[in-house]
Amino acid sequence: MLQERIPDLAKFVEPDRVRKEVYTDPQVFDLEMQRIHETVWIYCGHESQVPKPGDYYTVQIGRQPMILVRGKDKKVHVLYNRCPHRGNMLCGDRSGNTGEFFRCSYHAWTFHPDGRLRSIPMMESGYQGTRIGKDSAELCVKRAARVESYRGFVFASLAADGPSLKEFLGPAIVAFDDMCDRAPEGEVEVVPNCFRVIQHSNWKIFLENQLDALHPSVTHQSTGRAAHEVEKQLAKKTKKGEVPLSYHMLSAFATVTIDKWDNFQTINYPYGHCILTGYMGLRPQDPDTLAYDKIMIKAYGKKRFEEIIGVNIHHVLLYPGLSVQSPLQQLRAVRPLGVDRTLTEIWHFRLKGAPEPIYRRSLAYYNLVNSPSTMINADDLENFWKCHQGLSSDGGDWVSFARHHGHDIEKNGVVESAPNQGTSEAPMRNQMKAWARFMGGAR
Amino acid sequence: MSRVQVQHDVEQFLYRQAELLDSKQWQAWIDLFTPDGVYWMPPEPSHKTWEGMPAIFAEDKNLMTVRMGRVQHPDAWSQRPLWGTNHIVSNVVIDKVAKNGDVTARSRFHMMELRRDDVRHFAGQYTHQLKKAKGGYRIKLQRVDMTNAQAAYDYVIQVWV
Repeated sequence: MLQERIPDLAKFVEPDRVRKEVYTDPQVFDLEMQRIHETVWIYCGHESQVPKPGDYYTVQIGRQPMILVRGKDKKVHVLYNRCPHRGNMLCGDRSGNTGEFFRCSYHAWTFHPDGRLRSIPMMESGYQGTRIGKDSAELCVKRAARVESYRGFVFASLAADGPSLKEFLGPAIVAFDDMCDRAPEGEVEVVPNCFRVIQHSNWKIFLENQLDALHPSVTHQSTGRAAHEVEKQLAKKTKKGEVPLSYHMLSAFATVTIDKWDNFQTINYPYGHCILTGYMGLRPQDPDTLAYDKIMIKAYGKKRFEEIIGVNIHHVLLYPGLSVQSPLQQLRAVRPLGVDRTLTEIWHFRLKGAPEPIYRRSLAYYNLVNSPSTMINADDLENFWKCHQGLSSDGGDWVSFARHHGHDIEKNGVVESAPNQGTSEAPMRNQMKAWARFMGGAR
Repeated sequence: MSRVQVQHDVEQFLYRQAELLDSKQWQAWIDLFTPDGVYWMPPEPSHKTWEGMPAIFAEDKNLMTVRMGRVQHPDAWSQRPLWGTNHIVSNVVIDKVAKNGDVTARSRFHMMELRRDDVRHFAGQYTHQLKKAKGGYRIKLQRVDMTNAQAAYDYVIQVWV
C-alpha cells in the first residue's frame, strides 16, 4: 500500500520544492482522486447548459461518472451515472434530454431526474419477500453528497461534510462575480459548445502553468511574434484602432516580455486558489466598447460600473480543477483521466444584455487560443508532455518552485507576490501547500 | 464548359490544394484563397455561418498568415518534431455551376498525420465555394466538416486540415 511504501506523504512537499512522484506515481494519483477530487468542490457545469427539465450533461468528478440534470422541480441535481440494479450507466451520451425519467437500457428500471426510483418492471411479482421494497433507499440513484450553485455555476462535493462552496472558494469566488457583473443583466449564459483537449501529462502540471507569469513570453513567442508582424502590417493599412483586437490578444504573448510580467501580481488563497492580476489591454476606446460602456452605466450607474470594469483580474485558478478567465468569459475545467492523462473542457459564456461585438471579441479569443486549432496551447501541451516525460526519469528527484521564495507577503493566510515580483512561483507553492493538506486528510 | 470539364478542373484543383498542404507549401496554399477568402471548420454540422459562432478554424488570409508565420518561426519548438500529413480527397460532387463559372463542390477527405511516433486520422467533408479565376479557381469559402470534430482532441491541430 502507498501508506506503507511512503510512510510520510508530507515529506513529498517542501515549501519550495516537490518530489517528482507527486506527478508520476499512479498510487499517488489514486489517493489524490480519493482525497482531493472526490472530496472537495468540483465544477460540474453551468445551469444554462441544462435549461429544460430532463436536460442533462455527463461529467467526471475524480474517477466517478456523474450526471448533471435539471429536475421537474427546476432544480439542478448531480447524480452518480449508475443504475442501482446492476450498475449500468444510465446515460451513455455526453448530453441530451432524458424526458420525464431516466430509463436504464439493461432492465428498464426508471428513475426521476432527481434520482428517486420511479418504477421496476414486475415489481410486485418479482421482489416479494426480498430485501427490495418500493421505498428502499438503495433503489434510488445515488446523489452527490452536496450540490451548490453560485451565480449559475454548479459545483458538487462527494463528501458529506467540509466547508460550504462559499467558504471553500473564499475571495477567489470573484472569478464568477467578475464574469457575471460584466453583463448588463448580471448573468452569463453558456455558448453551447465545449472544446475538449487531452494532455499527456499530470493534471497538476496544467494547473501550475495557469498562473505561471514566467512562461508566456518564452513558450508562446513564435505565435506572439507572428501575430505582431501581421498586426503591424494591418496597422499600416487601416485607420487607428481598427486592427481587430484578436491580433493584440496573440501578439501580447511576445510583446509583454519576461521583465514586464513581473508587474503582474498573484494573490494566493487557502485551499490552493489564486488570482493573477493584470489586463491584456481589454479596455479600448473603440465605438463597440463605448456602446457597451453606455449600456453598463445605464444598468449599474456610473460608480458601480467603474468598480466592475476596474476589477483587475487576468486569470483565476480555482483549485483543483478550474481555470477561469473572467474578463474574457471563458473557463477550462480539468478532468484527470490518469496519472499521465488529463482532459480539459473549454467553455465560453455570453454576457447577457451585452452588444454582439463584445461577445464576438471574447469569442475570437476562444476560437484562437482555446479551440483545438489553438496557436497558444499547442506549445503548452508540448511542454506539459515533456515535463511529464522528464519527471518520469531518474534524472532528478525534485521539481523546484524556489523563484522569489521567502519574498512573498503573507497576511491572514493570504499570500501575495511582492511588488515587481509577479513571476514569483507563489501560486505553485500555494497549490502544493493545499495539496499536502488535502492528502493528509484535511477537508 | 462541359460538366465533365468542370468536374475534372475542380478535382485537379482539390488535389493540388491537398498536395500543397502535404508538402508544407503554406504560402502557395494561402494564395489559393480569394482576398476575402475564409477557411472555416465548424465544431458541428448544424452551424450555418462562421460569423459569431464558436469555430475550430475561422480564418481569413491575415490569420492564415499568422499561423504560417508561427509554424515557420525558428522558435516554434513544438513544431520541430518530425510531422507530416497525407491527404486523400475523393467523392467530388459538383453541386452548382453559376453562369460566371463559379462552382460549389463537395468532397470527402481523409488525412493521416504522423507526429513523432503518433498517428492520427481526421476525415470528413469539404465544401468549397470556388470563384472562377484566371487559370483555374480561387477559394471564397472552404468549409470543413470533420467527422471527428466533436471528439476529444489528443493534442491539437497545428495547421489546416
